[in-house]
Amino acid sequence: MNILYDYIYYAGAFGLIFIGIFTMMVKRNYIKVIIGLSILETGVNLFLISVGYISNGTAPIFSNPGIEAKNMVDPVPQALVLTAIVIGLAVLSLALSMAIRLYKHFGTLDLQQIKEQRW
Amino acid sequence: MIVIVTFLIVAMLAAAVSAYFFRDLLNAVIASCMVSLIAAVMFILLHAPDVAMAEASIGAALVTTVFVIAIRRTTRYEK
Amino acid sequence: MRKCIGIILLIIIAWGILTSLQTMPFGVSRAKVANHYINNGKDETGAANIVTSVVINYRAFDTLGEVTVLFLSAIGLGAVLATIKTREKRDTEKASLILSTGCRFLFPPIILFGAYIFIHGHLTPGGGFQGGAIIASAFLLMYLGCHGEKRLNDRCSTFSESLGGLAFVIIGLIGLAVGTHYFLNNFMPLGKFNTLLSAGVIPIIYIAIGFKVGAELSKIIDLLMEES
Repeated sequence: MNILYDYIYYAGAFGLIFIGIFTMMVKRNYIKVIIGLSILETGVNLFLISVGYISNGTAPIFSNPGIEAKNMVDPVPQALVLTAIVIGLAVLSLALSMAIRLYKHFGTLDLQQIKEQRW
Repeated sequence: MIVIVTFLIVAMLAAAVSAYFFRDLLNAVIASCMVSLIAAVMFILLHAPDVAMAEASIGAALVTTVFVIAIRRTTRYEK
Repeated sequence: MRKCIGIILLIIIAWGILTSLQTMPFGVSRAKVANHYINNGKDETGAANIVTSVVINYRAFDTLGEVTVLFLSAIGLGAVLATIKTREKRDTEKASLILSTGCRFLFPPIILFGAYIFIHGHLTPGGGFQGGAIIASAFLLMYLGCHGEKRLNDRCSTFSESLGGLAFVIIGLIGLAVGTHYFLNNFMPLGKFNTLLSAGVIPIIYIAIGFKVGAELSKIIDLLMEES
């Protein structure tokens, strides 16, 4: 039980990362690849936050006077992930506009049929 | 506590796997929206309320809408 | 074939991660720089929310880079969508009276809530990025409910976006000139801890970031809904 509690968040985060990478490698549909990218991004954010966690910690906000500083969780990964989520939305919408443009030009979203995108 | 966390993580991974398997892209997008929503709950459990607020408003609402707009402009079904 | 290659690659990655995770226990310690931020951040920056003081004060240069990435991707999206020549006419149906009236009724409270989130960024959870996203979701509600009636004012959104970016850079350069240390030095008086008018330049910068992020995300939604 103790080992499960130690590694359950890491297991969830790396599960999401593996599913995202596998979707990006295997699927042929362009929008499915972008969905895999979104899942991968959520997994990476979850991993970064769970690295900064402390057992029996509190949120890093001095909202009332009784909160002690020594129990707070790590604020640096939270600041990193906070901006990374906003950037993720901008990058995803750029990729989706590329998808709209590709569909207008080639008439398909299958990456096997678009010659320059094949691997 | 550990039971709740385990249940949330299993539900999140199940939603991610079903986002891989769905042929209808709208269903896949809604499944990835569910992944983001459960991730927001887990950020609350990890004592990161700022990140949870950002994830709930951006990851679950705006990203899903952008995907739905893009699917409306292209095709809905994966071959 | 692709699945086989994918599974083999994932097994290699998983092996590497498993060997490295054993040196990284869960929930035990935090980094030294985090200790410094938590112990001294309250006195040095005057913000109750330590995440805000890291984003806006200690690592403000990173935040400037992130805002620049957001700006560049909005420009790229506009450039990609502007090259589409043929736009087919879609037949849209007008929303019912109850739906459009409800959307118009809900629009000002959502804007007000977003403004509350980014004005109180140094006291409670929230800040410019979250408040900007909430404002963008209010504009999204207008696009969904009252489709085809109103659009985002182009000059107004460009103006607020430029104003936000300029305010960030100019206040940062003033801090660099007045103090001695770093970009966005906190040169204004800190005030009383845990009140609204405290923490020097942090609320001003967060208001600027809120305007900028809200205008950019609304512009992205506007381009995707109308131009494509």
